Amino acid sequence: MNEKIVIENLSLQYDDGTESLRNISLGIPENAITVLFGPAGGGKSSLLRCLNRLNDLSEVKTMSGRIWLDGENILDPKTDVIRLRRKVGMVFARPVVLPMSIRSNITYGLEVMGEKRRSRLEEAVERSLIQAALWEEVKDRLNDPAIALSGGQQQRLCVARSLALEPEVILLDEPTSGLDPISTSKVEASLQEIKKNYSIILVPHSVQQAARTADFAAFFLQGELVEYAQGKTIFTAPTDKRTEDYVTGRFG
Amino acid sequence: MESNLNWKEYVITRAIRAAGYSTILFVVLIFYFLLVEGLPTLAEVPLSNLFSIRWYPIEQYFGILPLISGSIIVTLGSAIVAVPLGIGTAVFISEISPRWAREILKPLVELLGGLPSVVLGFLGILILAPYLRVLLNLPTGLTALTGSLLLGGIALPTVVTIAEDALDAVPRAYREGAWALGATRWQTIWRVTLPAARSGVLTAVMLGIGRAIGETMTVMMVTGNAPVMALSLSAIFSPVRTMTSTIAAEMGEVSNGSVHYHTLFFIGMVLFIISLIVNVTASAVVFRSQKRAEKVLS
Repeated sequence: MNEKIVIENLSLQYDDGTESLRNISLGIPENAITVLFGPAGGGKSSLLRCLNRLNDLSEVKTMSGRIWLDGENILDPKTDVIRLRRKVGMVFARPVVLPMSIRSNITYGLEVMGEKRRSRLEEAVERSLIQAALWEEVKDRLNDPAIALSGGQQQRLCVARSLALEPEVILLDEPTSGLDPISTSKVEASLQEIKKNYSIILVPHSVQQAARTADFAAFFLQGELVEYAQGKTIFTAPTDKRTEDYVTGRFG
Repeated sequence: MESNLNWKEYVITRAIRAAGYSTILFVVLIFYFLLVEGLPTLAEVPLSNLFSIRWYPIEQYFGILPLISGSIIVTLGSAIVAVPLGIGTAVFISEISPRWAREILKPLVELLGGLPSVVLGFLGILILAPYLRVLLNLPTGLTALTGSLLLGGIALPTVVTIAEDALDAVPRAYREGAWALGATRWQTIWRVTLPAARSGVLTAVMLGIGRAIGETMTVMMVTGNAPVMALSLSAIFSPVRTMTSTIAAEMGEVSNGSVHYHTLFFIGMVLFIISLIVNVTASAVVFRSQKRAEKVLS
């Protein structure tokens, strides 16, 4: 297995004194779904937001350690953050469609990259919507405002929007937390499909989802990485007592 | 005890209702008196006189067109100053400035809004007018341009405060969504944050213009008050007289019930109608975009 991202001794503390990540080391494999799970406040989202440097905009007090993406330390202040974010796409817990049409939501990222050719944009719209399993539902109304879509459709549009940029890594922060079971299974199915070409890091909204989707899984508890293993192992035979308690539902 | 409570409830409800209805009553009454005092003009002054370009009441010339043009040119000028500067300031305060700067800037802008307009007019006469006269080599510094610049300063706080509130109300998630797509800060502001706050920003512009068109004291002090019809763009460099300053300047010396008196009220009526149109347009624009948002959400 090829490691796409290697996280080394990452620690992070917010302005208000809360410690979010404590000395995390972790390798994220290529072309697989890596799940970060655990109770709320464990540092999962913080870790995701380090991977595309979205934390730059929050009140971070101290951050130490290194994150290697293809052998490049992305925490280096000299890193081109805009380029990094095109390489590492992100989908949020609450679907955030931009206040524009369905088509523009997808082409926006490409346009800010400077892509002007209509044919390329059209091609990207169709390709990414098909990958996100949304094309059939919206192909006749691409010019409608995106806010008119249902919650599940909006979330898949957000996935499509990230895919349109052809990133290499996709971060998903509880992408199905607001969705009904049918939409959830559609999103999960499209994740299984797109993992062939992308490295996916997912913060699931439940242990069940973690178990369903994980190729690899990391269990976080209060800013600490408790256990990291193949999905099959961690949900059937966890080595750490705390992991076992959590996946069997004894707490959390 | 219970009946006591009911009684209290009754009085409070009635008092609130009376306060609400009285606002409507006041507006209706104002409009009624404007009509009563202003409409006789239409019978007393021939329309060809009223809509001529000569305002010289002592000789029975009651042409209000120069006053309307004066108001329009000064208001448009102030909008050109206040809108870009105001929206720019709002964007800076809400999107770019660090938190400590925001905490200084916002109260400062609000303080500017509380500045009495006569003070600004005073500064205009003392500093801005002589400066412009020398700079542009004009016969007098008291011009439409001077008025526009100062009025822009008066409308500015209104535009900034309301536009900033609108930008602030845009969910942080929108910005993060755009950032995560690799948009730069500027691309995010221009394509995401400003469009999302569109209706609030439009309201800010309209209220700013409303504030400018109704302003009296400053324009009376710095525009030179010559009721000359503005026929070309160069009129911005010559003295003009607005509707508001005409009313303010002449109402004190007019004899009650005379033709001149009625005409001044007629001007007030026109002004009232113009600001009504501005306000109705503003709320129509806001209402329409709200309705569209509701439609797509349902």
